[in-house]
Amino acid sequence: MQTAAVTVEQVWAWLAEVADPEIPVISVVDLGIVRAVEVAEGGACTVTITPTYSGCPAMQVIADAVADALRAHGMADVRLHTQLTPAWTTDWMSESGKAKLRGYGIAPPAQQAIDISGLRAGAGVKRGALPGAGPQPVVACPQCGSTHTELTSQFGSTPCKALYKCLDCREPFDYFKCH
Amino acid sequence: MDDNKFNYLLRLGDNALVLSQRISELCGKGPALEEDMALTNVSLDLLGQTRLWYSYAGELEGAGRDEDRLAFHRDAHQFRNCLLLEQRNGNYADTMMRQFFFDTWHYFQIGALTKSSDARIAGIAEKSLKEVTYHLRRSGDLVVRLGDGTPESHAKTQAAADALWMYTGEMFNYDAVDQAMVDAGVAPAAAPLRAQWLEHVAAIFAEATLVMPSPDAWMQKGGKQGVHSEHLGYLLAEMQFLQRAYPGAEW
Repeated sequence: MQTAAVTVEQVWAWLAEVADPEIPVISVVDLGIVRAVEVAEGGACTVTITPTYSGCPAMQVIADAVADALRAHGMADVRLHTQLTPAWTTDWMSESGKAKLRGYGIAPPAQQAIDISGLRAGAGVKRGALPGAGPQPVVACPQCGSTHTELTSQFGSTPCKALYKCLDCREPFDYFKCH
Repeated sequence: MDDNKFNYLLRLGDNALVLSQRISELCGKGPALEEDMALTNVSLDLLGQTRLWYSYAGELEGAGRDEDRLAFHRDAHQFRNCLLLEQRNGNYADTMMRQFFFDTWHYFQIGALTKSSDARIAGIAEKSLKEVTYHLRRSGDLVVRLGDGTPESHAKTQAAADALWMYTGEMFNYDAVDQAMVDAGVAPAAAPLRAQWLEHVAAIFAEATLVMPSPDAWMQKGGKQGVHSEHLGYLLAEMQFLQRAYPGAEW
């Protein structure tokens, strides 16, 4: 059993191998939900995670997976800390994570997440667009790369995804929403 | 303990929980697969938010009540949600109109709560705001599609608006609990919130070719003080059955 001499970098490397339970090609680090890692003198490790969506049913599984992975690497004292602010955003998803999503058939977030401070009531309220919200994102098909795509449903198989279809290759696909 | 803050948190949590439970009734019964998925996802977001509000309320109370205790071991008269949210699903226009009225209020309220003097409330609001924004975008879109749709969908959507309108005033009808939170810088004042709500509802109604009922119409009240319509009891009976029959049961 390892007890001492585990570095923070080592813990990050282990966490980079903990798969997201719903999208197993990306890790919890790729997803950007691990915010901080601390290793105390005595070997106690504190991992700070940020939930994706308030009601995401995978969060408990993720927390358990993180703790299990570190224990499997010999860390006896693992503490998980959940932090709500700053709120998780898809902007924290790594570039390699986005590439892995695309390879898996899920279109990654197509633009920067909306800045909360920029959401303000305005005169030009349009259908489907909230006060201050920008235009609909251009989403590229993860199969053929065409941007000739159409939103089928604002919600897909999980809270973090919407459903699109490609008008060129005709494939339906999941889109990881900007959040 | 700060009784006003505890009660205010209960109201936030109860609103989210009761609507979450209502729309989850349509799981597997939505009018289209996409609507079914959307409703269940919105329900899930609201349930997650409920847990955050209840956890804080329970800690503040300090009586050992956790989120489950607050959700499953209170009766109708102890719930503090607005009457709008316990109304039945009706037809899909009723369901979406209720959602739109709530989402509009929720969006502006949660947005204001991100600036709350209570850091924990501000944090929960910041976490919820993007979800709530997405909900409002969707329900506003649906109201436009249904209102500016066929003659039949238009008629049903107008009827839904007319029937539910009297439940919208309660959201802005502040009592001593709300006012104490406004005075403490925890919650937003009623008047600006109401103005924002009316402006957005009017804009969507105009696009949906619907007639917005009068803001000065007579309004229902009582939910926030625990005086509910008969519908809440049935909703709770279904939601709480398992924990009442087998207290403390776990998966």
